[in-house]
Amino acid sequence: MTEPLIFELSSPGRRGVTFPEPDVPRAPLPVGLTRTILPLPELSEVDVIRHFTRLSQLNHAVDTGFYPLGSCTMKYNPKVNEETCRFPGFLQLHPLQPFITVQGALALMYHLQEMLNEIGGYAATSLQPAAGAHGELTGVLIILAYLRDRGETQRNKILIPDSAHGTNPATSSMSGLTVVQIPSDKRGNVDLEALRAECDDTLAGLMITNPNTLGLFDEHLGEICHAVHQAGGLVYGDGANLNAIMGISRPADCGIDVMHFNLHKTFSTPHGGGGPGSGPVGVAQHLVDYLPGPIVDIIEKSDDDLPPLFSFVTPPKSIGRVKAFHGHFGVFVRAFTYILMHGADGLRRVSEHAVLNANYLRVHLRERYRIPYDRVCMHEFVAEGHWPDAPDVHALDISKRLMDFGFHPPTNYFPLIVPEALMIEPTETESKATLDAFIDAMGQIADEARNNPERLKGAPHKTPFGRLDEVKAARELVLCCQLTEGPAQSEGA
Amino acid sequence: MFIPHTDSEREEMLRAIGVESIEALFQDIPEKQRFPQLELPPALKEMEVAQELQTFASINETSNELTSFLGAGAYNHYIPAAVDSILRRGEFYTAYTPYQPEVSQGTLQAIYEYQSLMAALTGMEVSNASHYDGATAAAEAVSMAYHHFRGKRTKMVISNALHPHYRETIRTYHRGSEVKIVEDDKQHSEKFERLADLIDENTALVYVGYPDFFGRLFDLTDIANSTHGAGALFAVSVNPISLGLFKPPGEFGADIVTGEGQPLGIPLSFGGPYLGIFTTRKEHVRRMAGRLVGETIDTRGQRGYVLTLTAREQHIRRERATSNICTNQGLMALAATVYLSLLGSGGLRQVAELCYHKAHYAAEKLTALPGYSLTFPETPFFNEFALRCPRQVKDIIAFLLEHDVLGGYDLGQDYPGMEHDMLVAVTEMNSREEIDLLADRLAEVSYD
Repeated sequence: MTEPLIFELSSPGRRGVTFPEPDVPRAPLPVGLTRTILPLPELSEVDVIRHFTRLSQLNHAVDTGFYPLGSCTMKYNPKVNEETCRFPGFLQLHPLQPFITVQGALALMYHLQEMLNEIGGYAATSLQPAAGAHGELTGVLIILAYLRDRGETQRNKILIPDSAHGTNPATSSMSGLTVVQIPSDKRGNVDLEALRAECDDTLAGLMITNPNTLGLFDEHLGEICHAVHQAGGLVYGDGANLNAIMGISRPADCGIDVMHFNLHKTFSTPHGGGGPGSGPVGVAQHLVDYLPGPIVDIIEKSDDDLPPLFSFVTPPKSIGRVKAFHGHFGVFVRAFTYILMHGADGLRRVSEHAVLNANYLRVHLRERYRIPYDRVCMHEFVAEGHWPDAPDVHALDISKRLMDFGFHPPTNYFPLIVPEALMIEPTETESKATLDAFIDAMGQIADEARNNPERLKGAPHKTPFGRLDEVKAARELVLCCQLTEGPAQSEGA
Repeated sequence: MFIPHTDSEREEMLRAIGVESIEALFQDIPEKQRFPQLELPPALKEMEVAQELQTFASINETSNELTSFLGAGAYNHYIPAAVDSILRRGEFYTAYTPYQPEVSQGTLQAIYEYQSLMAALTGMEVSNASHYDGATAAAEAVSMAYHHFRGKRTKMVISNALHPHYRETIRTYHRGSEVKIVEDDKQHSEKFERLADLIDENTALVYVGYPDFFGRLFDLTDIANSTHGAGALFAVSVNPISLGLFKPPGEFGADIVTGEGQPLGIPLSFGGPYLGIFTTRKEHVRRMAGRLVGETIDTRGQRGYVLTLTAREQHIRRERATSNICTNQGLMALAATVYLSLLGSGGLRQVAELCYHKAHYAAEKLTALPGYSLTFPETPFFNEFALRCPRQVKDIIAFLLEHDVLGGYDLGQDYPGMEHDMLVAVTEMNSREEIDLLADRLAEVSYD
């Protein structure tokens, strides 16, 4: 089943694409700066297409099957998005064109900013951050800039619940903050007493994911935000789980001062095999001046004859840019298309059905799996992938066996507060029939754990690859390959 | 639309859960914050939304409708049709991070090939699976240098001729850290003497562009030696197309190579998504941020690939991780992989040569006009050059735009005193006629 590497398919002198001869005189090349060997593979176009097509067939993807990867919101990616983002009027725009020539693109960005403000309850949004973790960094830097601006240089502590994504503490460290982990209580909420004990005048803020990674809406969210605010800190919201609450609850209304959106989760832009994402950051009024610039604003209002004039502006106390240019515009087009197709009622329906699907799976799976925080969940929930009467079987084995049924496994071993965690997020785009098939597979696996554990330990059986040796990979560290036969030497160099 | 539930299925599911209505699933949310009425435009059908988006798109003037000489970090190159044909395979673009290697070998092997291509192109030993763009890759290089010296060296010496957006991004990333950014203040320097003067025993990193923001190419031997002489790391930011023709930074002894991968088959798309290249030497691999794919075997003895050295990353190390990066730019890395596979060594060299020769033709043509000259006449350049103009560049750009020409970049925006200097980019997409047209237009402004 293995596919050769692109380097192994190379034949010196073969060309996949060639370009016209120069229509200008050749200029002399600078002495001593040209390269003599360029060891890239040489293939024909058909070689390249077959190679990457065959590789693609080794992937599980949303387009090939159910992908209940918790916290990643692997919903269906509408095909129309892939058309609109490729309209030449978007695709062929240079980011530094004079603003007067890109009014359509700027209008789109402005409207998307406004839509995200409305969905989150925020006063302003910057679309610049490239991904969720990048949005977190942006948000934490905004909080710090705000506090430092007020002369509160002693505030260097950030609180992070023990259920949080690893990006939260990593972001805080990058920003120079000291992380204090807050435990969860028995119902899966932030432990309010432990939180209050840390709310002092060294507090910069709290990073909270709500619904949290157990898929639970924190029952004390209002009190949590109040406690942090009372102590002079700010609340950062990790918007990873926004798919549960669009039109259901607005994070800003609950007291979250700044939050990132994940356009690649909530707003159906494709995950691309691990990016590009997009992590716009929304802020409440008191933080508007600190947003990374530039953001889009109206510089001349519309009148009877003319539409408004849009341009980029940099907020007066901006933390500065967090990347080159203006963000992942191609992702914005997809998310904007998606929001336009849904409207307010449609987005609420999305969240309602994401929550409906998760609860439907939860009540069926709890017959066979332990659900440690078993109450009505939001868009996802966490089960334990382990049984006392099948001690050799672990969450990993269940995950691998699920592949034989054509399903992508749930997120496993996260969140860290649940042993042998299987974090399951079905999303709203899956039908009852798919969920039922998944429930059946999970039931059969629970049976096999007792009757035929070897079947699980040896899984997967039906995939093109068996389990891979990760220890060997880390020990030997073979991180790239090279041409075995050199390319044709370039002439004139 | 994308919610498949029928009414009867929904009823059945609610009954199974044991609630009367969907609303009943949201009791944990305080009532006064529950179900806000969002004010959003009314929902459109697919046909309507396609038309609506076409309206937005049609208001823009694209680099195909205009004759474009705009570069400054993003370039208009030809993208062979086969690239997007692969990118549009749902098996690639609707998958996520390959956490489960048994069902992700397509993505994993493609990343491994990407890493191999980037290492070969830059002349380095290892590459990560990519960063967000050239700017964030540069910011991560600074973090890596800081951690390399375990915080004992805090000074980062950065060329003022590194892309202004990259320099700003580096500063933003390191607002909260002890890192001290120092730039040489004279962009006109034809050598690196001023930069070398800034290097001391507290210097962790020296960063230069190759080509730099002004399109210039320098022999990096001396500055690399000065850097290493002080025990610091040497980082180079590249335009990957130029490496089809010019010596890779690895040959100059670079420790880290970063760059904007957009020219490798990724559309301009108004600034993103692009691709952050990051390569280094094997000895630094454990301090390199970002995902990494390594070769291994499976239980059936087949060669395969997995994410490796994950213990460096945030999901394991949490607050002890040196970077918070989670995703890479998977699909854009795939674009670069397909692009380079199609072009091969011969094709990439051809594109680089076309850019080089056309840019030099343009420079010769434009500097023959009265009032125009090269800002840096002594320094070799690749596909972009700074042109000193007889009038302020902002006026020239406005004039050119009236004639449907997208002039270059106004360097006065970033470099005070360079209000008369325009950065002109030329790629294989610019014909001789277009270059001649630019010359004709510029000839008209010179006498105003």
